[in-house]
Amino acid sequence: MSAIRLRGVFKRFGPITAVDGLDLEVPEGICLGLLGPNGAGKSTTMRLLTGQAIPDAGELQVLGHELPADAKAARAEMGVVPQLDNLDVDVTVEDNLAIFARLYRVPDVGAAVDRALDLARLRDRRRDAVDELSGGMRRRLLLARGLVHEPKLILLDEPTVGLDPQIRTELWALIGELRSGGTTILMSTHYIEEAERLADEVAVMHKGKIISRGKPVELISEHAGVQTAEVYGPPERLAEARETAESQGLAVRAAGPAVAIVGSESAANGAIPEDAVVRAASLEDVFVLLTGEEAE
Amino acid sequence: MRRLEPAAIAGIMSRELANFRTYWKGTTFSSVLEPIVYLLAFGLGLSATLVDEVNGVPYIQFVGTGMVATAVIFSSALPAMFGTFVKHRFQNTYDAILAAPVDVEELVTAEMLWIGLRSGTYGCVPLLVTIAFGLDPAWGMLLVPLFCFVTALGFAGFGVAMAATVAKIDQFNYVTALCITPLFLVAGTFFPIEGLPEGVQVVAQLNPLHQLVELVRGGAFGFEPVDIARFAFLIGFALLTWRVAISRMYNRLID
Repeated sequence: MSAIRLRGVFKRFGPITAVDGLDLEVPEGICLGLLGPNGAGKSTTMRLLTGQAIPDAGELQVLGHELPADAKAARAEMGVVPQLDNLDVDVTVEDNLAIFARLYRVPDVGAAVDRALDLARLRDRRRDAVDELSGGMRRRLLLARGLVHEPKLILLDEPTVGLDPQIRTELWALIGELRSGGTTILMSTHYIEEAERLADEVAVMHKGKIISRGKPVELISEHAGVQTAEVYGPPERLAEARETAESQGLAVRAAGPAVAIVGSESAANGAIPEDAVVRAASLEDVFVLLTGEEAE
Repeated sequence: MRRLEPAAIAGIMSRELANFRTYWKGTTFSSVLEPIVYLLAFGLGLSATLVDEVNGVPYIQFVGTGMVATAVIFSSALPAMFGTFVKHRFQNTYDAILAAPVDVEELVTAEMLWIGLRSGTYGCVPLLVTIAFGLDPAWGMLLVPLFCFVTALGFAGFGVAMAATVAKIDQFNYVTALCITPLFLVAGTFFPIEGLPEGVQVVAQLNPLHQLVELVRGGAFGFEPVDIARFAFLIGFALLTWRVAISRMYNRLID
């Protein structure tokens, strides 16, 4: 059974089509990474799934509930971890959790709070106000708040955006634990590494549509081949390397100070300069090739 | 799931209570001090120099009973306007709440109920202060918290609706200047509206604050049959602003 099923979903804001005939199916028990650049429609998709946006057309089903009509019942069974920190900063850690345990109608609020505190590793800070916590602690609390009612499905909207690497790694460990526990996760992100590390499957979203989907290794193999050659040098040299590779039908993209020749294993002799740095093809190559956007 | 579930409303109100515990001292201090200052300035100051009594009521008691309405509008409309705007735009609180099994109707209802309860309580403070200044307690005063609560519900709904309407927080200046200040001044708090031009008197009858002032004075000095109509008017005002607030907030919160 699918935890999430979207068929031909459209959402427009005036002249802008944020979600453009989206078809998406998330089977139970997997972590699906919704990978796309800013403005791809990921956050709007998340809002559609919580009933905070109403589709202009299409069918949405979450945990067997039809949306938007039955959105409230669907929300009772899912947890949402937002992109922006919206904790009550003057209130204690445990009160933040207790409030949401009540909103989710958890029968034993105290036990739910204790469980969430353990998950966030904040038991010893339970009586501290949120604004006394570090950035990493606040993020862990935000995640625990979305899990206080032990949901079947979790929506993670850019869970580590704007965080420093150490906090990001902490969050990844927590999300990894959830994933191992069999919770269904839909995670929107524009961080390649995040999708690669956490997602069983990745759906690349661009301009409101899923343009490719599969396991990270499958996507790499399908779109980027085996290896990528990065050529460094002055602009004229990069332009020359690009021209040569493109004349052989190879995909080339900018990669910071270099050009990356994707699928370089199939290049004819001479197409790849001898001093090029050859590495395994990556999800980043796929992302940039498919969306035309620089990866983060 | 049902509409207007008590559990959802209670959950949101528990959030308000948890936050209130962090700032109740300042709010309570100002709620008690303000009517004392007003009574000293207007009640004692004016009654000593210009006005001794109004319609047979000592001026300090006339102002003190009227100040209940002032306390209600300033502890309901303004917190509803600014609080709702801040929670929506700056704190993203409503995004978090609406991701739980709560709908906009429950959210607005809970916010209004919380403000109504709080304002209904603080609205009684001027009356207590006036008793300390010599007003005789009366059984009818026991109904004042109810009058304050219902009026505060109406102004909370008004404030929430305004918060869902303005584009920027500084636009509340227009709301304050064009609505709240006139309502506050033409409520009969500081002077009887019978002295105003006839047209203004008619408009004042539509002012919920004026109806509250009359009900509070009824509680203190004796009710009249027309007070039933006044209370019904306040209930109607609360129901109207409740529905308008829900509609405005739905448009603002749901894309």
